[in-house]
Amino acid sequence: MSGSARYLLSRAGQAALVLWAAFTAGYVLLQLLPGDAILIKFQNPELGLSPEQIAEIRSYYGTDGPGAYLHTLLGFLRGDFGYSIDTGTPVAERLAEGLPATAKLAGAAFALAVLIAVAVAFASCHTRLKWIRGALQAVPSLFVSVPAFWLGIVLIQVFSFRLRLVPVIGGSEVQQLLLPVLTLAVPISAPIAQILARSLDQVRAQPFVPVVAAKGASSGWILWRHVARNALPPTLTVAGLTFGELIAGSVVTETVFGRNGVGRLTEQAVNAQDTPVLLAVVVLAATVFVLVNLVVDLLYPVLDPRLRRVAA
Amino acid sequence: MRPGVILSWALIVLVALWALVPGVFTGYDPISGVPAEKLRAPGPGHLFGTDAVGRDLFARVVHGAVHSLSGAFVAVAVGLVLGTLLGLVAGSVRGALDEIVMRVVDVLLSVPGLLLALTVIILLGPGTVNVAVAVGVGSVAAFARLARSEVVRVRRTDYVEAAFGSGGRFAAVLWRHVLPNSLVPVVALAALQFGVAILAISTLGFLGYGAEPPTPEWGLLISEGRNYLATAWWLTTLPGTVVVAVVLAASRISRSIGREDG
Amino acid sequence: MSLLEVRDLTVSYARRGRWGRPHARPAVHGVSFTVEPGEVVAVVGESGSGKTTTAQAVIGLLPPNGRLDGGEILLGGADIAGWSQRRLQTVRGAQIGLVPQDPANSLNPVKPVGVQIGEALRIHRRGDRRTITRRVVELLERVGLPDPEVRARQYPHELSGGMRQRVLIAVAVALEPRLVIADEPTSALDVTVQRRILDLIDDLRAESGTAVLLVTHDLGVAMDRSDRLVVMKDGRIEERGATRAVLDAPQAAYTARLLRDAPALRAPELLFAPTSATAETSATAETSATAETARDARTPRAVPVSTRASGVEDGPREAAVVVRDLVKEYRAGGRPFRAVDGVSFEVPRGTTHALVGESGSGKTTTARMVMRLAEPTSGSVAIGGVETAGLRGARLRALRRDVQLVYQNPYGSLDPRQSIADIVEEPLRNFGLGDRPARRERVRDLLDRVALPAALLGRRPRELSGGQRQRVAIARALVPGPRVVVLDEAVSALDVSVQAQILDLLGELQRDLGLTYLFISHDLAVVRQISHTVSVMSKGRIVESGTTRQLFESPGHAYTRALLAAVPGTTARTTRAGQVTRAEQARQEVTR
Repeated sequence: MSGSARYLLSRAGQAALVLWAAFTAGYVLLQLLPGDAILIKFQNPELGLSPEQIAEIRSYYGTDGPGAYLHTLLGFLRGDFGYSIDTGTPVAERLAEGLPATAKLAGAAFALAVLIAVAVAFASCHTRLKWIRGALQAVPSLFVSVPAFWLGIVLIQVFSFRLRLVPVIGGSEVQQLLLPVLTLAVPISAPIAQILARSLDQVRAQPFVPVVAAKGASSGWILWRHVARNALPPTLTVAGLTFGELIAGSVVTETVFGRNGVGRLTEQAVNAQDTPVLLAVVVLAATVFVLVNLVVDLLYPVLDPRLRRVAA
Repeated sequence: MRPGVILSWALIVLVALWALVPGVFTGYDPISGVPAEKLRAPGPGHLFGTDAVGRDLFARVVHGAVHSLSGAFVAVAVGLVLGTLLGLVAGSVRGALDEIVMRVVDVLLSVPGLLLALTVIILLGPGTVNVAVAVGVGSVAAFARLARSEVVRVRRTDYVEAAFGSGGRFAAVLWRHVLPNSLVPVVALAALQFGVAILAISTLGFLGYGAEPPTPEWGLLISEGRNYLATAWWLTTLPGTVVVAVVLAASRISRSIGREDG
Repeated sequence: MSLLEVRDLTVSYARRGRWGRPHARPAVHGVSFTVEPGEVVAVVGESGSGKTTTAQAVIGLLPPNGRLDGGEILLGGADIAGWSQRRLQTVRGAQIGLVPQDPANSLNPVKPVGVQIGEALRIHRRGDRRTITRRVVELLERVGLPDPEVRARQYPHELSGGMRQRVLIAVAVALEPRLVIADEPTSALDVTVQRRILDLIDDLRAESGTAVLLVTHDLGVAMDRSDRLVVMKDGRIEERGATRAVLDAPQAAYTARLLRDAPALRAPELLFAPTSATAETSATAETSATAETARDARTPRAVPVSTRASGVEDGPREAAVVVRDLVKEYRAGGRPFRAVDGVSFEVPRGTTHALVGESGSGKTTTARMVMRLAEPTSGSVAIGGVETAGLRGARLRALRRDVQLVYQNPYGSLDPRQSIADIVEEPLRNFGLGDRPARRERVRDLLDRVALPAALLGRRPRELSGGQRQRVAIARALVPGPRVVVLDEAVSALDVSVQAQILDLLGELQRDLGLTYLFISHDLAVVRQISHTVSVMSKGRIVESGTTRQLFESPGHAYTRALLAAVPGTTARTTRAGQVTRAEQARQEVTR
């Protein structure tokens, strides 16, 4: 087996191990509530479950002890996350309902965050005016200091109530997405902008930069052809780490804007002590996080030839 | 010290005084209002205006400081103590224990902080102390990882080897050289986490897991103001601005600590 | 008309003061010199002399906080000092090339070297892609890299330090500039590699008539390679003139001191040059040994002891350090690699044994195993007759009292948060020696011994100069009263004048305290001054060992000869018969 294949396998194994541990920890914590109590909850007539449905749920949660754990683990591997205590419906169904909306929101927000980060970092790196540079350098720390829920509220206030640019209710899909995406993107852009600006500065201080300048290169040539490329790997790492925050941020954003999605589902689950839903969300978040970071790790050797293994 | 750092310290001291002696800064009652003076815009009488039941908003913000600050203190203490201890042990003992601790940290890091906090809240139930503990648990991993990497870095330095080489015992070297030299970045992180904790606590307060109304907790204040977005902008904007200012100050101080040691 | 004429160059750096107020710190004042077409002008000075700043100003690449305050830089008659960056871009690369200091970090790690050479041509639009590719291969061949087509596609990390510097030279000469600025081009390289790189620069100059402005801290390099010399100190020019003239009759006192201190040019065995009273007795090994018995055996005279090597009985002097068949094996990617491969040597008490070698020779690993800071794979080390293998706990700590280490880097080996007093006192606390007042007393004594004022006791390491820090490190090593001190490149990071002072101090301490030194160094010139016996290491093995004199005067092994030939200043010194070699002549007479 070649070195790179072995590396790939070991990294994938590590990722699987982290996911399994995250699941187990979540399971143990959230099953501290006794199983019988869960079953009693499902028998609550307010849920309006038919006897067949209750029988189905009983068969899912019926076993106790290590058997139950194995049962749930196998269920998760098959995409069967158990039943919501709140509604009695399968968790997988509820997740599937919310996922597309959240994916759209998070995807757009991530793209915007990267755009903002790159713009801020490069502008602060390229500008010659000292005060603009200082102001741009302060932008990331301002952005991380803003509570997302408050930012959402202020945006609604300004754009919907003052300027009346975005309708509070209704409007096209793009209009509906505009403010939530901005709310989610701003805090996430901050760490990316921070690390990118810092990496650009660090790379620019490296001895190879004056050597390029001594060839007669312009500052733009140096920045784009040499510095940016070297600043990419650390930025990618941090961008990967923000994926977890995207899911957490969607809890707040969807609540503020009254959008349906995984975030809203999470908030409702906590209010209703709906542990199966929360466990599924936690495992989902961890999976996204671990997979994205696995991809980032595997990209590293592509970006940095020093990390390429010599094929044996 | 640079002007920005001085300003940041001044702000933190001011807010700490709000928490300790709120009566000095405002004469208004934060809980019971004067219905006749409801929804007044900010002005000379009411610096931050009043809310729907005629309570002075500035008084509520001042009296709310104690909830946010004490919560943040508890959260940072939980993260700092647990995380640093884990990192210190992992970094100085190494071997299998290190491996286990770091895998646990990996798992903690793979779950976003807010979800981790929500998991703790679903277990412990809502409440100010529980929220603070939940936020603290979310930062354990960050402290552990930083403390470990610092300890590992310092242990590789020549001066630590020289200390062993001149007859130093393990515990003495750890206490005299490794600990003081790894602590500065950890303290800087604690300052940063203080701001982060204020953010997280106000977020959880906003979501309704923290203090019960009519407690003037900052997140809850903003949440309550949401119903008057069209009519009373100050109810959400001004408390939020205070939160932003405090968090900014904490991160500025954190950076200045980190830089001093270079 | 001169190719380059610098007139009254003044440069300062902006610094931030205590309250964030910027103030300017001057770095270069009123510096003037010329470079004629095709000649090599060396700018020599110690750290902080402003030599590198001068070079950076000439090519218009001062650091962001640097500012050109005044003066003219005439390149072929045109004053480029006031030019905009955009205008300077047309000059850089095309008319002035740069060979930088640190080949390890001077190439972009994520681009193939061929692309980085071709870049110079692309920026100045010299030809299309095909012609540039061809020219890159030509250039790589010209700077002496085998398989240029393959090399062009390789990344910097796949090349050795010497090869990278060749690539950087190819970059500098790609457009055949009239002037090449070489800023410490070889200080990061091993001495044999250094020689080949300097030869390459010489060859290229001879072929194309390019002038070279050579910036160096190494007087030996400057002596060997330059036509004219500019000596700088504290941002000012101390002396200027033809190299030979400066060498033979330095005008400035500072130049004279530099010449005296430069290890390569310094009279060998200056440190151990016996005082007139003992000159006769210490001339030969036999008499020295007899003189020894008469004197206190604990404070032997520091004289080169060549008894073992010359086959004479060792007399009363037993070995303080005995190393036998030492092996250190690492596993790198499943394949075992021997960093140290069967090393044996003995160090007689009160003498200095040097382990010399280039990077990767295994000399530092050997020293660390002698200290028991690294565990040998096999072999044995005995200190004062005690086998160190397997010592633990209290007995290992007892060994640590006997053997102390002084590190290469005085910046890293002192805890930045401790005061000087605490640093020097620490070993006493560790070994529980004396009560607090007694310990403080001893710390004061030792600071005095290493010639540091007591005023420094409360200071932190960062407030001290490099030389002062190394004195502190030496004091710390001496405070528990060791018999053996391992000096791991202990003077390599210091400026020559400081280096000379520390070497003098070490010699004095050895004479007074009867210390045994194991001296690890890459610098043959330094080794020649301080050591009695030498082992030359290469690739983990000792290729040759003997007395210092034998080794330097009649080296037996080809590698030793290559090392000796590469020492900068060798050429220069042999021509200075009347001056530095006086001591050598004297010694040669005695030997006859």
